Amino acid sequence: MVMSRRRAVFQDASIELAHGSGGKATRKLIEGLIAPYFFKEDAALTDSATLSVGDLRLALTADSFVVHPLRFPGGSIGELAVNGTINDLAMGGAEPQALLVTFILEAGMDTKVLQEEIATMAATAEKAGVAIVGGDTKVVEHGKGDGLYITTAGLGMVHPHANLNPLSIKEGDRVILSGPIGDHGITILLARGEIDLQASIASDTRPLWPLVKPLFDVYGEAIRWMRDPTRGGVATALNELARDTGLTVMLEEAAIAVRKEVRGACELLGLDPLHIANEGQFLAVVSAESAEDVLSLLHRTPGGEEARIIGSLKRASRPGVLVRSDYGSTRIIDMLVGDPLPRIC
Amino acid sequence: MRYVDEFRNPQLIEKASRELHAIVEPDRVYRFMEVCGGHTFSIFRFGIQHLLPPNIELIHGPGCPVCVLPMGRMDDGLHLADEPDVIFTAFGDVMRIPGSRGTPLELKAKGRDIRMVYSPLDALRLAQKEPERKVVFFAIGFETTAPSTALTLIKARELEVKNFFVLSNHVLILPAMRAILESPDMRIDGFLGPGHVSTVIGVRPYEFVAKHYGRPVVVAGFEPLDLLQSLIMLVKQVNAGSARVENQYSRVVPWEGNERALAAMAEVFEVRPFFEWRGLGFISQSALKIKHEFAPWDAEVHFTLAGLRVTDPKAAQCGEVLKGVLKPHQCKLFGRECTPERPVGALMVSSEGACAAYYQYTWQGAAGE
Repeated sequence: MVMSRRRAVFQDASIELAHGSGGKATRKLIEGLIAPYFFKEDAALTDSATLSVGDLRLALTADSFVVHPLRFPGGSIGELAVNGTINDLAMGGAEPQALLVTFILEAGMDTKVLQEEIATMAATAEKAGVAIVGGDTKVVEHGKGDGLYITTAGLGMVHPHANLNPLSIKEGDRVILSGPIGDHGITILLARGEIDLQASIASDTRPLWPLVKPLFDVYGEAIRWMRDPTRGGVATALNELARDTGLTVMLEEAAIAVRKEVRGACELLGLDPLHIANEGQFLAVVSAESAEDVLSLLHRTPGGEEARIIGSLKRASRPGVLVRSDYGSTRIIDMLVGDPLPRIC
Repeated sequence: MRYVDEFRNPQLIEKASRELHAIVEPDRVYRFMEVCGGHTFSIFRFGIQHLLPPNIELIHGPGCPVCVLPMGRMDDGLHLADEPDVIFTAFGDVMRIPGSRGTPLELKAKGRDIRMVYSPLDALRLAQKEPERKVVFFAIGFETTAPSTALTLIKARELEVKNFFVLSNHVLILPAMRAILESPDMRIDGFLGPGHVSTVIGVRPYEFVAKHYGRPVVVAGFEPLDLLQSLIMLVKQVNAGSARVENQYSRVVPWEGNERALAAMAEVFEVRPFFEWRGLGFISQSALKIKHEFAPWDAEVHFTLAGLRVTDPKAAQCGEVLKGVLKPHQCKLFGRECTPERPVGALMVSSEGACAAYYQYTWQGAAGE
């Protein structure tokens, strides 16, 4: 692939927590240290890999889940572990078929807690129509794990009409966002109980395939790129898009839905909703001609009612993400650097 | 959201922007300093520069507590975290400030017990929960956060918590403004006064700026409309040749300040003879020390601190940027050696620092990647 971006270089002497936060440092770790060994071509990194086996187009992905607390309003680590992986498949245009599950358990963990998570995973998988077909368990010493880590690997079948390819993205293409942002990240932040703030919000974790399948059924040709903005939020996902395409993403701030509880928490803590994690929303780049049709189909699909066209792709002097306020000013929004830390003083 | 949405109303903002364009005299340049880091952040966050006439220049001031904290103080604090019985606590703002051996976040990843708290009271509660450990709260901030540190120390004394200590790095805004006004390369026509600090100290203390230095001060709020209204007030004063102190943020800031907060500060703190500010050097009577009466909770008394000075890399031009002589991107290190991920100079550390805000919101870090 011919890419306009430069490859990140990894120069850090040791691994820090920031390398796991999904922002710039994570990208450097993957592009600068891991990808050069595993991939021969300098390809754009996507949420899942696509393989051709005979006539079949398969998608393959894996994701690990480290979350504290294990249960939070609207979900739990088990639910995330199922939805997160099938969403990575869905973002590759693939219908989830099967999952493998690995548990890393800390000695001393309460069996009841583990059992609850296993039951949750089974129910979540069943609801999403995907089978859990195998896996592995390991136990580490007490104090060497955070209770429970889960890794899931997923296999999916690429939708026959899916034609995702960031290289086909053109100036004028539209960006669609499926719903309000920041619910998951703010829920987790508050559920940790470190901030004396209460809000009636819940994680948005949900499987995205039921939402995107109808779009591929009808508009597969028009959908060029899809991503679920998890860690690092919408800003990070779109900055990656900008770098991979060499284009600028121009967002209209007024079109981006943020619940008032999330907005309130962000204002208080000095955070930007565009940097906050989501577990049940997706971004799509769609051709300008089809954008309104795709949006209207999404509005008719259960769970897609709050979708909006939030911006478009432009050619500018430098690739990046710009946000235009409804009073006419614009600002650049970069990827997340490290974890979002509250500003107090 | 009440008190937020009204001040982000597009029609009102456009109207204020038009008024500002109409009243500026075309053949003069207006250089205004926003003293407070919160304002710097808002200006970039809301893209306020795009709404200003080209001859209004905003200079980003010293009011970012993270930015002006000298590295030696950070080293002293993190040195305490090396002791196995110590839990080091600080605001999220502090977690990315580099000491000589790394940031609190990096040292936490290496196994130090370093925890982020949202209020000094949380640190005090932690001390009560962990009586076998020593909990150190690394206190930073201007008059905005000093009262909560003071109240926490009063509470620690009341509850007789013996394993709680505060390392005070609290600083005062007025001596910093005076130092900038006294600086020979000072070119500032007026000040946007710090909104949050003023909720505590009130508006009256800025009168010396108007009286002795002949520069207007307008205490300003943090929303786009607040900032534009305050700039209109400043321009009108400059045009009329007047220098007064005005309060645009009167919905929050009382003229006389907050008596209870000031009383708590007076009970717990005394003014240090001098204190080092990163980028500005030593400023006399510019910081707060814990009084003798609270010595049992003063980390400077309980622990032995090295107190070494660590000078900033020579190439970093933080001082010039702080005084408004240079714009952030004119510094030799900006966006190259010095980025928000690997800050060299202090102003790149906090999102309220002029350089980090500049980097984050107006300039893309292409050169540094």
